[in-house]
Amino acid sequence: MSTLAYAVRDTRTMLHRDFMHSLRFPVMTLSGVITPVFFLAMFVYVLGGALGTGIGAGDEYINFIAPGILVMAVGTGSATTAVNVNTDMTEGIIARFRTMSISRQSVLTGTAVGAVIRTMLSLVLVTAAAMLMGFDTTANVGEWLAAAGVLALFALALTWVSIGLGLWAKSPGGANGSTMIVQFLLPFLSSAFVPTGSMPSWLRAFAENQPYTHLINTMRGLLQGEPIGDSAVLAVIWCVAIGTIGYLWARKLYNRDPAAS
Amino acid sequence: MNNSLAIEATGLRKSYGDKLVLDGIDLRIPAGTIFSLLGPNGAGKTTAVQILSTYIGADAGEARIAGHDLATEPDSVRAAIGVTGQFSAVDGLLTGEENLVLMAKLCHLGKRAGRRRASDLLEQFDLVEAGKKMVATYSGGMRRRLDLAMTLVGSARIIFLDEPTTGLDPRSRHTMWEIIRGLVAEGVTIFLTTQYLEEADELADRVAVLDHGKLVAEGTPAELKRRIPGSHVQLRFADSARLDLAARTFGGAARDDNALTLQVPSDGGVRSLRALLDRIDDDSIEVDELTVHTPDLDDVFFALTGHPSTDSNPSKERETAR
Repeated sequence: MSTLAYAVRDTRTMLHRDFMHSLRFPVMTLSGVITPVFFLAMFVYVLGGALGTGIGAGDEYINFIAPGILVMAVGTGSATTAVNVNTDMTEGIIARFRTMSISRQSVLTGTAVGAVIRTMLSLVLVTAAAMLMGFDTTANVGEWLAAAGVLALFALALTWVSIGLGLWAKSPGGANGSTMIVQFLLPFLSSAFVPTGSMPSWLRAFAENQPYTHLINTMRGLLQGEPIGDSAVLAVIWCVAIGTIGYLWARKLYNRDPAAS
Repeated sequence: MNNSLAIEATGLRKSYGDKLVLDGIDLRIPAGTIFSLLGPNGAGKTTAVQILSTYIGADAGEARIAGHDLATEPDSVRAAIGVTGQFSAVDGLLTGEENLVLMAKLCHLGKRAGRRRASDLLEQFDLVEAGKKMVATYSGGMRRRLDLAMTLVGSARIIFLDEPTTGLDPRSRHTMWEIIRGLVAEGVTIFLTTQYLEEADELADRVAVLDHGKLVAEGTPAELKRRIPGSHVQLRFADSARLDLAARTFGGAARDDNALTLQVPSDGGVRSLRALLDRIDDDSIEVDELTVHTPDLDDVFFALTGHPSTDSNPSKERETAR
């Protein structure tokens, strides 16, 4: 077999291992679903009345925030990835992989592919939960596929960042904490819950130019038929940039000499 | 390059920051032998294993493992070696069997061959029942055994064992020794680190003593033992009056007034021992305890480094008669 064939085979082995981990540790896996669904329920049932009236969406507030919650769920999934990667590194089996004649890249690639699949599955569950709560969409099949594509691209980009964070953090708790920015801070300072027009101008300047807003506006365009403008292009550019930097960073961290134990 | 050498290293150096961990290590380990790197905690044993097993890079020096250059052909080296580190490198979220199958896949064994290898190893390492359980539930000894079993999935010709018996109970330790002897019988080369002098003595063909990053001695266990003062008989007494009396009889003996002991030089043989007992009888000396002390590697360590090995095995080979 060629080197490439071995690399693909090793990556599949690593992906299988990642999949088994998700099954064995379901709480960690499900937290990627529970957190966004909790936020969705809280914003729809507790805050939704006041917020919906406030932004002029009335009872349709769920239709306003569901696309944002889906983008946010990608961020929540990244916390699972960061914690998993960090736990793996302290488990010692990675040390074994490093002294084996296997494709070095396969360890990270298997983890990344597994994380994207896990995140996409959790997004299906979050979407189903949103629909049960009354989420109504105008999207046709093509728009759904485009929305899934955007989310998958974002999931891949954030996965590489969270693998980097998992490698960089000193403990699983630290890994989880380090994802707070993508899990909560950026979603709240975006167009996810309220239109950016209602924010003070200094905050609006930030909110309107950060990746989450472009991603959320793109999702709203696809799922709610709102005008997308240049948000789709900007969202893709952001994803590619974040993903590339995240990948290079994660690879650098993984390839550095492990510290003496 | 000598083909019968499994491991050949010259001038290996490594430091972390301004702390020098390995200060120029030279090694020549013939294939099919057990080599033991002996030293206390912090001597640099683990670092040596980490470098030779391609886990970390050396700052200076060269090494060839199974004929492959460590720096330029790390992947060929990895294909020839197996490593069981000091901290178990097992996947706690998988079962024992799944861990072994994972290794088989990564060694690119076929599916059926991999399963067979896994079940053979579970049997060999007494893990058949535990094989279906998640490794997170394993005891320390079981994890160690699984760890070594995982190392053996591929047909490694050189196996690095970093303190394989540290923290194991005596029975598991003896099981591990049997496994190691079995591997060598199959022609595998073993690079073993240990802080147990008894273990190196028991297993190794050659021993090197590492202290503060330097090899302070190398040889067979017997050669090393020959480098230190000879054996003696230690006599212990009930009080200092009896000690005084005995000290007059055995002029050349070293006395310790605190421990109430006398160390009489002796080769430990039956003839000289009988002569010694005769003298004790002749002078009606009352001895509380008599201990024949033959030098072990602990004495070697002390003689070579000027300080005792930390964490040394307290149970020295002694025969005590009362």
